[in-house]
Amino acid sequence: MFKDTDRLAYYAMILPGLVLLFAFTFVPLFYSVIAFQRFNPALGIQGSPWVGLDNILYMFSLRDARQVFFNTVFIATMKMIFVLLTAVAFALLLNEVRFLRVRRSIQTMVYLPHFLSWVILAGILRTILARDGMVNDFLALFGIGPIYFLGQPNIFPWVIIFSDVWKEFGFEAIVYLAALTAIDPTLYEVAELDGANRFQKMRFISIPGIAPVIVLVGCLSIGNVLNAGFDQIFNLYSPIVYSTGDIIDTYVYRIGLIQGQYSLGTAVGLFKTVVALLLIGVSYWAAGKYANYRIF
Amino acid sequence: MLASRSMTDRIVDWLITIFLLAVGISTLLPLVNTLAISLSDKAAVSGGMVGLWPVGFNLNSYSFILRDEKFWQAFGVSVQRVLLGGALNFVLAVLTAFPLSRTTRAFPARDVFMWLFVFGMILNVGIVPWYLTISGYGLIDNIWALVLPGAVPIWNVIILMNFFRNIPKELDEAARIDGANPWQLLWSVYLPTSLPALATITLFSIVGHWNSFFDGLILMNNPNNYPLQTYIQQLVIADRPALHGGQAQLLAQLSNNTLNAAKLFVAMIPILIVYPFLQRYFIRGIMLGAVKE
Repeated sequence: MFKDTDRLAYYAMILPGLVLLFAFTFVPLFYSVIAFQRFNPALGIQGSPWVGLDNILYMFSLRDARQVFFNTVFIATMKMIFVLLTAVAFALLLNEVRFLRVRRSIQTMVYLPHFLSWVILAGILRTILARDGMVNDFLALFGIGPIYFLGQPNIFPWVIIFSDVWKEFGFEAIVYLAALTAIDPTLYEVAELDGANRFQKMRFISIPGIAPVIVLVGCLSIGNVLNAGFDQIFNLYSPIVYSTGDIIDTYVYRIGLIQGQYSLGTAVGLFKTVVALLLIGVSYWAAGKYANYRIF
Repeated sequence: MLASRSMTDRIVDWLITIFLLAVGISTLLPLVNTLAISLSDKAAVSGGMVGLWPVGFNLNSYSFILRDEKFWQAFGVSVQRVLLGGALNFVLAVLTAFPLSRTTRAFPARDVFMWLFVFGMILNVGIVPWYLTISGYGLIDNIWALVLPGAVPIWNVIILMNFFRNIPKELDEAARIDGANPWQLLWSVYLPTSLPALATITLFSIVGHWNSFFDGLILMNNPNNYPLQTYIQQLVIADRPALHGGQAQLLAQLSNNTLNAAKLFVAMIPILIVYPFLQRYFIRGIMLGAVKE
């Protein structure tokens, strides 16, 4: 049944993918050794002097780096919490809407931003959040403002967090909606016979019904604590808000590629890679243990 | 429903519906504002008078874009990368997912390869070594730099592999008895039965290619090679107006704001066109990706 020629065919099929995986994922891993050098592009990896852990130690001594690490974790965690809460609330409410047409239209509206790039959305946000933009015009009706949303360090992270909620809540709600549809309708009918009202049904049937999905999403997001959203922040931040808005990825980009400190940039990146790998390991383990999830 | 619904119940139903409609509409308001600005008069825009409806309606910015060579050059680069990258992603996803969907008895190395690909997916080496690798291959300013590094879409491979594994074994065995080899099996049994999954992953990669800007920014030195998102990023976000074609003309009729808004909107159009398909297949894709065993 299982012929050797078959195996040969499988190897032939997987070969191109393996070559590309090697060339663009594992070769960069070899390049990461420059984190332990004082890398000079003219000398190459062979010619550049080795400096041991100097770059790593230097990184830990930088105040910038610690601030950046904190910003990353803060923004990423807040995004997770607010996107999750908004998505769950939205799904629970949408589940109460009886007219299917209306339900579909609402979904069509809220999913759209998910598919647009952060370049486009940042362009739009910069316009509406400007001093004379739509949002400040609206706030002016109540005598508030103008607020410099993108120029104030204490406000900027929240602009990032809530604009991410705007882009993603609808889309994240999909998994909760699916879980709600899977709940056995007789449970609701029995509850009604017992005289349960809308909120009691939500509290004792709907929420427990989607709880496993909430746990799963929560577990999987552990792996993303260091991803605060490069594309989004890169397109919205400016030097005025570096103190609260700069994250690991934007920092690495600036010191590594713009200022040309290749070794330091690589060291910070490598540190992130290692921590992220551990976190992803933990998240998959937790997702497997608490939500019975496996990716393959 | 068992009991007839009470009056309060129905009122609450309506309140929830109206509230969610308001949420849905306000999600779209920023996009409407951009469209309105792009259709408005320069003076009205700089006076901050444009809300959700154009003031001094005109199509100047759009007719300007139609004649803007730099914009269409960037648009062309994006179309090129979508076609090239989408095709590559498709072929590699199919070729990689099929052997990985086999049992370890049929393909003993399967588990090792699976771990390699998953490890490759979660390993994010950082931007500096990644850049050095690609520039080491001499791919800077080359369209292949935008499609080769992400040519194996590992998440898509996993989706497709899970889909392949759920195809009934009987189909497989029947083809075997007829003497089909793995290539024939993939081509005449697996591909035709996987059309929804294939549509899903293709849309994933098309949207991904259309939306990415960062690789274009760091891997293309010559602005003529920028894909559309990079071009717009440089123009609107990094504020390098020199990238607008025909500057003198521009200042006479238009403000940067109206023109930028129009460019943002034109860049959205391809996504809006495929949006009905996106909605259907992405939702399915999420469910496929979340296969539980």
